[in-house]
Amino acid sequence: MSVLVFLVLAALTVAAALTVILHRNPVYSALALVSTLALLSCFFVLLEAYMVWALQIVVYAGAIVVLFVFVIMLLNVQSDERALPGPGTVVGVAGGAGLLALLIATVAVRGVTANPPAVGAGFGTPEHLARRLFTDYLVPFEVTSLLLLVAIVGAVVLGKRRI
Amino acid sequence: MVPTAWYLVLSAVLFAIGVAGVLLRRNLIVVFMAIEIMLNAVNLSFVAFARQLGTEDGQVIVFFVMAVAAAEAAVGLAIFIQLFRARETLNADEVTTLRW
Repeated sequence: MSVLVFLVLAALTVAAALTVILHRNPVYSALALVSTLALLSCFFVLLEAYMVWALQIVVYAGAIVVLFVFVIMLLNVQSDERALPGPGTVVGVAGGAGLLALLIATVAVRGVTANPPAVGAGFGTPEHLARRLFTDYLVPFEVTSLLLLVAIVGAVVLGKRRI
Repeated sequence: MVPTAWYLVLSAVLFAIGVAGVLLRRNLIVVFMAIEIMLNAVNLSFVAFARQLGTEDGQVIVFFVMAVAAAEAAVGLAIFIQLFRARETLNADEVTTLRW
């Protein structure tokens, strides 16, 4: 049953991701990106990462994609005319396919074929995650807050009409 | 249960799609979206390994990746707005001042 769910979700996710990079209109790309991110959040539920699921919806599908759509609307970006398949297209497809073959070969050679073991109650809940975050990962957490502050200041300064 | 390797293969497919998008597309906003797909593919790997190993470290790292992605999106899109004001274009082929 869960195998069937996985396969259907995986097919939909790959289709949505392909739409992002292949659609001519950036607005449709952004919509397909929302679908990709929302479908990926379903895998986080299957993997019992409930906090990550919530963050995926709120931060990615909520905040980041809204930022994308906002900039697309603000700049009135027109669909870019696609050139005929040239050397760039060949490099892109070959690079993507080569990397995919390499990654899948790595998984096939080193891959974990056994089913993951059962986890204890509360795995992936905000309580467990917060405990790790505020003890073992306290310094990276503080550095992240500094990074976000710098990013906010940078975005505000860059957004001004005259720097 | 689905074996962890399946999640890794799906992650590899999504990462390859992201790389192909960066190489194929000339619209800078779509290139940025392809980068977001790559970041998400790696997040899926992290969560799958966290489930396999039974620890939450992978999920904590996903939290940091999301924070970096948010910072990257905010600064990058602000740069695009400035670029559009200066050049009236978001085509990567027309922004080549730094090309050597």
